[in-house]
Amino acid sequence: MLGSLADRIVQALLGVDPAVWPYTWLVHLGLMVGVALLAFIFIALFAGPVTWVERRIAGRMMSRIGPNRVGPQGVLQWLADGLKCFLKEDLIPAEADQRMFRFAPYLVFGGYMATFVVLPFGANLVAADLDVGLLYLLAVGGLVVIGILMAGWSSNNKWALFGGIRSAAQLVSYEIPSAFALMTVVLAAGTLSMQGIVRAQGGWPWEWFLFKNPFLFVAFFLSLTASVAESNRTPFDLPEGESELVAGFHVEYSGMRFLWFMFAEWGNLWVISALGSVAFLGGWQIPGVSPDTLGGATGLGWVGWQLLSFVVFVLKASALVAFVIQLRWTLPRLRVDQMMIVCWKYFVPLALVCVAGVLVLLVAVPEGGPIDWMLRGASMLAFAVLVAVYVRRTRAAYLADRDLYRRMEGKELWYPPYRLP
Amino acid sequence: MGWLRNVERSVLSILDGLAVTLSWTFRRPVTLQYPDKLEQRTQDALPPGYRGILEVDLRLCTGCLLCEKTCPIACIDVAVEKNAAGGRDLTRFDIDISRCMYCGLCSEPCPSGAIAHSAEFEATAASIDDLTLHFVRSPVPVARPKASETIERAPRGSILKDVIKGYGRRPGPAPRAAEPIPTPAVEPAATAPAAEPSATEKEPTP
Repeated sequence: MLGSLADRIVQALLGVDPAVWPYTWLVHLGLMVGVALLAFIFIALFAGPVTWVERRIAGRMMSRIGPNRVGPQGVLQWLADGLKCFLKEDLIPAEADQRMFRFAPYLVFGGYMATFVVLPFGANLVAADLDVGLLYLLAVGGLVVIGILMAGWSSNNKWALFGGIRSAAQLVSYEIPSAFALMTVVLAAGTLSMQGIVRAQGGWPWEWFLFKNPFLFVAFFLSLTASVAESNRTPFDLPEGESELVAGFHVEYSGMRFLWFMFAEWGNLWVISALGSVAFLGGWQIPGVSPDTLGGATGLGWVGWQLLSFVVFVLKASALVAFVIQLRWTLPRLRVDQMMIVCWKYFVPLALVCVAGVLVLLVAVPEGGPIDWMLRGASMLAFAVLVAVYVRRTRAAYLADRDLYRRMEGKELWYPPYRLP
Repeated sequence: MGWLRNVERSVLSILDGLAVTLSWTFRRPVTLQYPDKLEQRTQDALPPGYRGILEVDLRLCTGCLLCEKTCPIACIDVAVEKNAAGGRDLTRFDIDISRCMYCGLCSEPCPSGAIAHSAEFEATAASIDDLTLHFVRSPVPVARPKASETIERAPRGSILKDVIKGYGRRPGPAPRAAEPIPTPAVEPAATAPAAEPSATEKEPTP
């Protein structure tokens, strides 16, 4: 996609044939750097503010307020935190392996950054629509393990080493259910290309892979949980393990190098959610608009459609981000053996069953037939039941304390999240 | 099947946990945003027995020096001199609140209730000398021993406004409008209202 854009730019601006012009590759290179910068800016503008959002949400869940002093309602808190890290001394332990220690944060960040090559943001907003997009995504994720292991080992610190080894064990284990769960999507879409997977779905919920059949429904939750585990977020933050390993693999890091780890961790929150929404939630598909309309439009209409698809995609991904954030502040950290049990005894068999089930249904159930619609209906019903139970339990938990609070404090307990203290 | 049961239980318990955390986002946070985003000044919300910065109502002080003598760390410095009219004047009543340990031993023996703890606690100063509070600006005659029965004590904290340097400079809710300090009655027996014991300490509204 970038290549054809570069060719068109050369054709339009210089009026020479891009195939014979000797400097076409320079334009290609320039465009690549430009797109990489755009992706970097996007990560920065996502990873920064989302830390503030997460801390505000976490605060309310703990009956606190969260940061609300830097800027209006604390929206600039992330800038203050980032600037603080710039000003910290860059410490490297004397006994550490200097080069490895210096290099590790960039490897971790590079691993996350590389996923942005194939992550689509809109109908045509993608750096490169690789034919092996999903495989590439899973593969570059491996860089992160090496980076974390390198950081932990080169620190020459027991806590850091434990963190690094744990991380390696965890990521290697969870790659398997994660890959199998995404395999179901590949089977259903018939392609590994990210854009192809999105195009195989539709804009309306019943056209999403999430609700295509019950096996894909289960695979979505397996994939999401495995992604959370791979990104070292609570409840799978064993490599960091604040209460047992101090800070795990990055215990010796400070200043800017520490910031790169954090940057990667929060940027990865987007990668998880974007992957989830591409694979299962129909990605950038706008309800009621076919992908051909999006691509076929020209001029201002093209820009408008691209923006609209971008907004739809960001909305879906943000919903998943909110869910992952809530998950973090709800569940306690698993023990190492529990983490392994969850993976090998539950996730791997379940994921295999899902793959087999999707295969059988693909062969046995004709697309668009009555059984196909029944399967979609059953999945949506299951989701509706889950949501209903969730809402009911939430209401019950709130009502259980409401009257007591009013009697003891003389105030109403009701204080919805949109009221900002 | 224990395996399926485990799956079911973990799904349901995670759902339950999510419901609990979500319900908390709809509840009132307990955080009090001291000092600026409060419905009420912290001083006004403190219980009546709170031992804050010492406060002396000179209209009640009989100059008996009991407080100075009881103070275990000698942070109170009182001077009484004879005046031209043959009576006694208070010429100095200093309390070094940087040394005071808020034990309350001075206010216990005070016969007229002149020295008492206020609810004030904010007295940050740039110089430690500013933490010595001078209650006497110019010599005042000491009170008659029965003064506490006829003179109502000034509202809690109202005297410190003029004594603490930089009082009220912190951000926060405006101090409660203080009632004017009643002037000493010339003919106490005739004009002063009967002193109510409860009026000396104002009940803070919760």
